[in-house]
Amino acid sequence: MPEKVLMKGNEAIAEAAIRSGCRHYFGYPITPQTEIAAYMAKRMPKLEDGCFLQAESEIAAINMVIGASAAGKRAMTSSSSPGIALKSEGLSYLAGCDLPAVVVNIQRGGPGLGGIQPSQADYFQATKGGGHGDYHMAVLAPSGVQEMFDLTCLAFDIADRYRITSMVLSDGILGQMMEPVTFPEEETLNNAVPVEKSWALTGTHGLRPPNIVNSLLMDPLELERSVVERFARYGEIAARETRWEEMLTDDADIVIAAYGATARIAANALQAARAQGIKVGLLRPITLWPFPKAPLLELAQRAKAFVCVELSMGQMAEDVELAIRCQKPVLRCTRTGGVVPSPDEVLAKILEAAKG
Amino acid sequence: MTTQLLFAGFGGQGLLFAGKFLAYAGLIEGRQVSWLPSYGPEMRGGTANCSVILSDEPIGSPIVLAPDILIAMNLPSYRKFEPMVKPNGVLLVDSALIGEQSARQDISAYYIPATQLASDENMPGLANMILTGKLLSVSPLLKQETIPAAMAKTVPARKQALLEQNLRAIALGRAA
Repeated sequence: MPEKVLMKGNEAIAEAAIRSGCRHYFGYPITPQTEIAAYMAKRMPKLEDGCFLQAESEIAAINMVIGASAAGKRAMTSSSSPGIALKSEGLSYLAGCDLPAVVVNIQRGGPGLGGIQPSQADYFQATKGGGHGDYHMAVLAPSGVQEMFDLTCLAFDIADRYRITSMVLSDGILGQMMEPVTFPEEETLNNAVPVEKSWALTGTHGLRPPNIVNSLLMDPLELERSVVERFARYGEIAARETRWEEMLTDDADIVIAAYGATARIAANALQAARAQGIKVGLLRPITLWPFPKAPLLELAQRAKAFVCVELSMGQMAEDVELAIRCQKPVLRCTRTGGVVPSPDEVLAKILEAAKG
Repeated sequence: MTTQLLFAGFGGQGLLFAGKFLAYAGLIEGRQVSWLPSYGPEMRGGTANCSVILSDEPIGSPIVLAPDILIAMNLPSYRKFEPMVKPNGVLLVDSALIGEQSARQDISAYYIPATQLASDENMPGLANMILTGKLLSVSPLLKQETIPAAMAKTVPARKQALLEQNLRAIALGRAA
């Protein structure tokens, strides 16, 4: 049995990246994600080919990711909300160039510089765009330190397999907290079946035509075709990579939808409500894009109401309503600006939903 | 069984370290553990606190709102969190820094001049572990034999010289 190590969520992300074969990390400090950069600064120089670079800005860092990825390397950058906003142009270019990359957002309260306390108010930014143009990122939302590790590994795999940017969308609670983590025995967990990057700019050595990585397509038909092809891949991702977890949903009259840290607070409230005899369950999206629409729609056939718990004014709640086609009411239990609801606040909302 | 602990005081008093020690001890005893620091500007001199949960069940929220055990190391933290200690809970106060005493009859309160003891014993900065030692003597939270192993995990490798000092502070707290 591998040893359990106590680690911060931010450190677990960095360790996962290293064990996934990422040797190119470009960052810029911002609370509450700075431990990722600090960990990389410590570890990367000790690795063969390891590159830690503190860029002059967030924008520079994401463009360095574009360069490393175009060269066929696993590359990552991380930031927190305002820094991710700065990276948005680069995210769109990564999509336009079909480059795999992993971008981590340890969210803090906004808008603007906002505050440094935990938030989930970048849900729209992560799942609906952020950058310009028709594109998506795979968005993974861990809810514990072990998942910070596991989903970062998965993020690299999905990125390479589908030539997409994977975003690990987390928050200040999960980034800062420590929990036990177990690492897989094999250091090569993801590289067991390496994805062939025949498109990468590795030098032709005079043996093949040059590869071109580019997002500028002046012919509208050609540009349209590239977007449609990309969306066909998005369809594959939705079919194969949608992930979620359900807790006590079998007999649930009330279904809580919550992800990340709020799913944990909701789990406390769920137990308190069950102790009062209220049939409540929890659906926790693990992928926010693709969103687990099908299981939510299925639950809507049995449940009376949904309660969406979020550290925002209610962003994922809109996707829940779309998923269930507004067949049942979706109550909002929301705090924002860095304020975190107590389990009692969530319980009060469950009781309100149960009254109907 | 779930025990929720809150360590509260000023930044620099070693509250996060004491919390980490207990989290490692819980881990060694095979329990579920979580550790969550406040990470605001308080780290730079204001009030700082650290939530630790040891449980036999998966841990939901890592935020401790109503502690079973509170270690208070400054007056603002004492005033803020003393009313939140659960009934039958334990309150440990550094009485060298906090002049007030709890009027609550439903909790067990202990007043140890930890900062003064640390100074007298020439172990500055270890008031945190003196209070932790007292906690371990009044609560069945951990097994005695776990303590050295947990400390070895908590003290960074390059600072192992501090291991003995920390264990001595715990012993001092036990006897206080």
